[in-house]
Amino acid sequence: MTKQVTLTIDGIQIDVPDETLVVDAAKKAGIDIPVFCYHPKMEPVGMCRMCLVEIGRPMINRSTGQPVLNEDGQPTMQFMPKPETACTNLVSEGMVVLTQSESAKEAQKDIIEFLLTSHPLDCPICDKGGECPLQNLTMEHGPGKSRFLFDGKFKMEKQIRLGELIVLDRERCIICARCVRFQEEVAGQAVLAIDDRGRGSEIISVSEPGFDSVFSGNTTDICPVGALTTTDFRFGARPWELLSAASICGQCPVGCNITFNTRREAKSAGKVVIKRVMPRQNEQVNETWICDKGRFAYHYAKSKERLSKPLLRKDDKLKTTSWSSATKLVAEKLGEAGKDTIVLASGRLSNEDLFNLKSLADGLGGKAVLYTEMGGGDLVTQIGVGQGTNFSDMGQGDAIFVIASDLYEEAPIWWLRVKQAADRGAKLIVANSRETKLDKFANFVVRYSNGDEVKTVQDLGGTGKIAQAFSKADNAIVLFGSDGLGLEGSTHLATACANLLEETGHIGKANNGLIGVWPKANDQGAWELGFHPEPDLAAILKGKAVYIVGADPANDNPALAKALKKAKFVVVQDLFRTATAELADVILPAQTYTERDGTFTSGERRAQRFYAAVPGLGESKPDYAITSEIAEKLNIQLEGTSSVLVFEKLAASVKDFAGLSYAKLAEVTEQWPIVGRGDLYYGGSTYENTQGLGVQLVSASDRGETVSIPKVRNDAGLRPKKDELLAVPITKLYDRGTTVAPTEFLTERIGDVTIALHPEAAKKLGVEAGKRVKISFEDVEGEAVVKIDETISAGVALVPRSMGLAIREPVVIKVQ
Amino acid sequence: MAHILLRHREIPRINEIDIYEKNGGFKAFKQAVKNMEPTEVTAVVKDSSLRGRGGAGFPTGMKWSFIDNNSWPHYVVANADESEPGAFKDRELIESNPFQFLEGMAISSYAVGANIAYIYIRGEFWELTATLDEKIAEMEKLGYLGNKLFGSDYSLKIYTHLGAGAYICGEETALLESLEGKRGLPRVRPPFPPSFGLYGKPTVVNNVETFANVPLIIDKGADWFKSIGTPDSAGVKIFSLSGRIRKPGNYELPFGTTFRELIYEHGGGIIEGRPVKAIMAAGASSSMILVDDKVLDTPIDYASVRKLGADLGSASVIVIDDTVSIDWVINKTLNFFEHESCGKCTPCREGTYWMQHLSQSIHAGNKRKQDVDLLYNVAKQMQNKCLCALGEFATMAVVTGIERFPQDFNLEVRE
Repeated sequence: MTKQVTLTIDGIQIDVPDETLVVDAAKKAGIDIPVFCYHPKMEPVGMCRMCLVEIGRPMINRSTGQPVLNEDGQPTMQFMPKPETACTNLVSEGMVVLTQSESAKEAQKDIIEFLLTSHPLDCPICDKGGECPLQNLTMEHGPGKSRFLFDGKFKMEKQIRLGELIVLDRERCIICARCVRFQEEVAGQAVLAIDDRGRGSEIISVSEPGFDSVFSGNTTDICPVGALTTTDFRFGARPWELLSAASICGQCPVGCNITFNTRREAKSAGKVVIKRVMPRQNEQVNETWICDKGRFAYHYAKSKERLSKPLLRKDDKLKTTSWSSATKLVAEKLGEAGKDTIVLASGRLSNEDLFNLKSLADGLGGKAVLYTEMGGGDLVTQIGVGQGTNFSDMGQGDAIFVIASDLYEEAPIWWLRVKQAADRGAKLIVANSRETKLDKFANFVVRYSNGDEVKTVQDLGGTGKIAQAFSKADNAIVLFGSDGLGLEGSTHLATACANLLEETGHIGKANNGLIGVWPKANDQGAWELGFHPEPDLAAILKGKAVYIVGADPANDNPALAKALKKAKFVVVQDLFRTATAELADVILPAQTYTERDGTFTSGERRAQRFYAAVPGLGESKPDYAITSEIAEKLNIQLEGTSSVLVFEKLAASVKDFAGLSYAKLAEVTEQWPIVGRGDLYYGGSTYENTQGLGVQLVSASDRGETVSIPKVRNDAGLRPKKDELLAVPITKLYDRGTTVAPTEFLTERIGDVTIALHPEAAKKLGVEAGKRVKISFEDVEGEAVVKIDETISAGVALVPRSMGLAIREPVVIKVQ
Repeated sequence: MAHILLRHREIPRINEIDIYEKNGGFKAFKQAVKNMEPTEVTAVVKDSSLRGRGGAGFPTGMKWSFIDNNSWPHYVVANADESEPGAFKDRELIESNPFQFLEGMAISSYAVGANIAYIYIRGEFWELTATLDEKIAEMEKLGYLGNKLFGSDYSLKIYTHLGAGAYICGEETALLESLEGKRGLPRVRPPFPPSFGLYGKPTVVNNVETFANVPLIIDKGADWFKSIGTPDSAGVKIFSLSGRIRKPGNYELPFGTTFRELIYEHGGGIIEGRPVKAIMAAGASSSMILVDDKVLDTPIDYASVRKLGADLGSASVIVIDDTVSIDWVINKTLNFFEHESCGKCTPCREGTYWMQHLSQSIHAGNKRKQDVDLLYNVAKQMQNKCLCALGEFATMAVVTGIERFPQDFNLEVRE
């Protein structure tokens, strides 16, 4: 049990739990003890010695156990003969800490002087300059003059690529080991190490490819010097030139809070552009971390390929036109079609966009279809996770069940937080048809055959050891995905998961419930607002007026391309001139979410605000505004002038959003650890959250309403027959999607389209690893490079999504 | 007096197991396991006032009694990383009287409830380790190691583990890290090994010589042991005598022997009969003792050497005569410490490099007052700030050398 203790730091009295380190207690009291190696998210190591302070403890009479009092009746304090590190000492009752005493200040000055003897002091050309802990602490504690002779400086390499994404400057490194420890303790991937010893110590990557972790960028935030920089931001800008805009990452359903740093620059023809993406603290969502996809894959927003003007088909050619004539034609055609209108939208759009689109479809009597290959959102909408859910609160006594999801590739920050919950003692059950990176942290790994997903979930409702671990848990969360599954399979899986949660009572309370690992950032929002996928989309497009927003079905699926050609009218609203756009009668240029305000609903059903970071491109407009402009011409009244107005209307009409407003979503409460203020040395250069922690939606389960969960269909999914090869889709973090591929330095990580085969299957086909093979199924033909995976069954082949081979659901293929 | 530790000097081939047995070998271990409670064993060792021979001189029995009985398993680790420049006693013990050391380890393991014990031995001793492995196998064969020893429920296995040549791995927590397969870097203390040691479990780490004392203490009793040496430091000590000495080598002598006796009676005096100028009693980690008649007549034990402004450490006594300039000695020690600093903590990593840089230029003849002052300041600046003792050790010779031998740095005698 923790108990509160009272201590005094520089004369300020403070009560903190007895497990608190002196350095953290000081932080709580508003006193900054300088640190380099210490980080509040990692175990203390006491390496850098920067946090030396004087610590006194009351002298205790051994026979009575009571403090010895001095003449004034005050406890006699015993100070250690030498200063102690504030980062390795726990507080104790009656402790007195002096951070400003002569001995403490001298120690701090001495350590800075030692550090500077091996530091190049190349601040003028260093990316960290301006937000550098070493620079800041040198200004505060350092000696004004160097006693170290310049010719004694160590010359070391200044440009070592630890991988394609991170560059190491060995001269600047002060061997605080934060990066090594982050990878080991937080990320659970010990891909960095220190080589050699003493002054020769150097950070090295011990993985192939170099620095093989999707969390690598975080090490540049917590690096207290300019030793680690990203390929992206290296020599990109000086920190003081940057403005910041709060945002939400649009790459996956985690909803990491981020900050876009922008600058107006000559290099970009005087435009304001995004220079880098930084994490923004939200301890309930992403803590102080983000993944590398979120950090680096933002370049699509400034791609030269972006649409900037509306286009209209004339004489079978797409020609530039004005907004008014474009929207007039669209309104006319949609009006004519009426209930034969299909609005096809993706979860890339914001809640506001989707709300307007749904309202338009409803107004016309048409259909609002969610463009996705993963189902089950209805159930997540009803059950969700209980309000107040936070992976950081899960540990001993709790359980987390991950099924049919490769979290590391699909939602890296969930992977990280689930792994950490397991580190804290939560029982982690990972079920998949193949090995994933989460397996190594799991208490139980369930390996099922493709097609047995539902059965696997049902077994968890049984009496086995694993089932007991789940059902007996104080709290339990299920994360389900679409690894190896299509729309149908994932829908059944979700139903089975919902039933399991209901049977075991793990719904309607915090840290319990269901999370969908959706392919898009706002798929959950789309489900909340009434969008549903269509089991046979191609079949319903014929003869309809189709309004496609933020989706590229023609590229993904030849059958849909064919079907679209038979549609009566096609309008495409997007960022790029996609394959689908090429088939359109009208193309409307939309803004990226970095160019306007809005909200996303995360997989944990947290509605969160993002703010415009850069001006919109050309004549492009926000999606909700375009939709409202079309609607206006059809006499359907929608808000279009500002996203805040759309959200007000949304909150008034969608039950689970009741009571929410932009102001509410922008509220912030004090978070621990305190980061991102003047003291960049404590938490790193991650941003403090000042613009909203968002709000988790209340679900029907939370309200105690009866939830209607359909019965589970018991028949197994598609399985490979003898001598058949069943290809199943999996998700790859870095894929060829339009929001990833434009980031050129990710090309190597994106790699080639692959097909993973069991060694036996490869042998039978006479192919080997690295060889290019021809693949055909239905009317699709393509090529892929063979990869060998011993963990899959011989009848199954894994093909990553969004890599050019359109496998949407399990399908029998031929390989040559 | 016959040797207590270096018994091979009287008993040839005591490194053979039957000879060791014939000379009372394993009697103590058998006695402990069959007739004594583990706590009784610890009590006897505590009562004997045996102090750790690795350098710190911490009371051995007290260390064993600190072992945390709420956490299991327990381990015993022998520190055979002997790497202090000037120390070469453990090597002779392992080479020539290995069973006494191994028996001591076994008794210690029984006392603290460890069923597995490791010998962490410096990499250069690989040949010696091969022999040691044979000795351990012989003990297993004869039932001195293995399962259910002497018909009791107590089982013990001893393993050797070779280091890879880093001085820092002689520091007990770095040693444990290295033994666990990690880089040999010292841990923050506390917690100390008896509560958080190998693999985070309670662990007793003792020096080879310390263990070698244990069988005789159990066999002959605490009072016998206390009758040797001084009240402050009981028993005998193996002095590794080196430097400008006629007969360098290991000398086992009772605590309380004077430096004069050690150097002149046993070590045969100084080469060419020159006067002793300085003594480094703890190898390269020593403070420099400015030698006069009073110093030579000082009886050597932990407390008395401390009164001379130095530490006895592992009693690796390096004798320096008037042909040697102290700035040369300092430069030697700094080359060593700069090379061996692990780099984990800032003051040692940067400070040893800086000091070496300065001392090299001073030794090269550039004895500018400001350089010497700076060297002195940097050493002072390192003190009390390092993570482990290595950083502090690196400053000892520098600070005391400059303070006590200013003439060797062309300085006015400091006031």
